[in-house]
Amino acid sequence: MIIARVVGNVIATQKQAAHEGKKILLLQPLDLSDQPAGDVIVALDAVDAGVGDRVLAVQEGFSAMTSVGHIESPIDAAVIGVIDEVAIA
Amino acid sequence: MYLGKVIGRVVCSVKNDVLEAQKLLLVRRLPNGPAVVALDAVGAGAGETVYVCRGREAAFAFKPDEVPTEATIVAIVDEVQRILP
Repeated sequence: MIIARVVGNVIATQKQAAHEGKKILLLQPLDLSDQPAGDVIVALDAVDAGVGDRVLAVQEGFSAMTSVGHIESPIDAAVIGVIDEVAIA
Repeated sequence: MYLGKVIGRVVCSVKNDVLEAQKLLLVRRLPNGPAVVALDAVGAGAGETVYVCRGREAAFAFKPDEVPTEATIVAIVDEVQRILP
C-alpha cells in the first residue's frame, strides 16, 4: 500500500461497467516528508475520499477489486483509507 | 491505473488466436512516461486521453474470454480536474 494525496478527479463517460458509479480519483504518491514521489496514478474510491485528503491506496488487483465490491473486474488501484496521522518512530 | 494518451496503433498479423478480434493501441503514459502497447476495451482512438489498467486485472475487461494482456484501456477520459499541484 502507498500513501498518496488526492489531487483531482477524473471524468470518464465511456468506461468499463465495473467503474460505473465510482468516483475516479487522481492520486499523487507521497514520500515520508509528504513530498510528491513519482507520477500521478488513477484509482477508484472505496471510502468517499476527496481532493486534499491524504489517503491509503492499494495498487494490486485483488485488494482493489474487493474494496470497491467488484471481483474479477479490470481495477488495479483503489483508495481504501483516509489517513489521520502517520507516526514515525 | 494511470493516465495515458493514445499515440498510435500496433498491427500484428501473426498473434495469439485470442487476440484476433482485439485492437492494439500505443499509449504514452502521462505526463512524461514511456509508450506501452495496450489492448482497447472501450473503443478508444488516436489523440484521446484514457486510463489504463495493468497486470492480471487487465484481462478481466474481456471476461469471459481469457485474453493474454497485461495492459488494457478501460476508460476514455473526458476531463482531468487536477485541483492540487
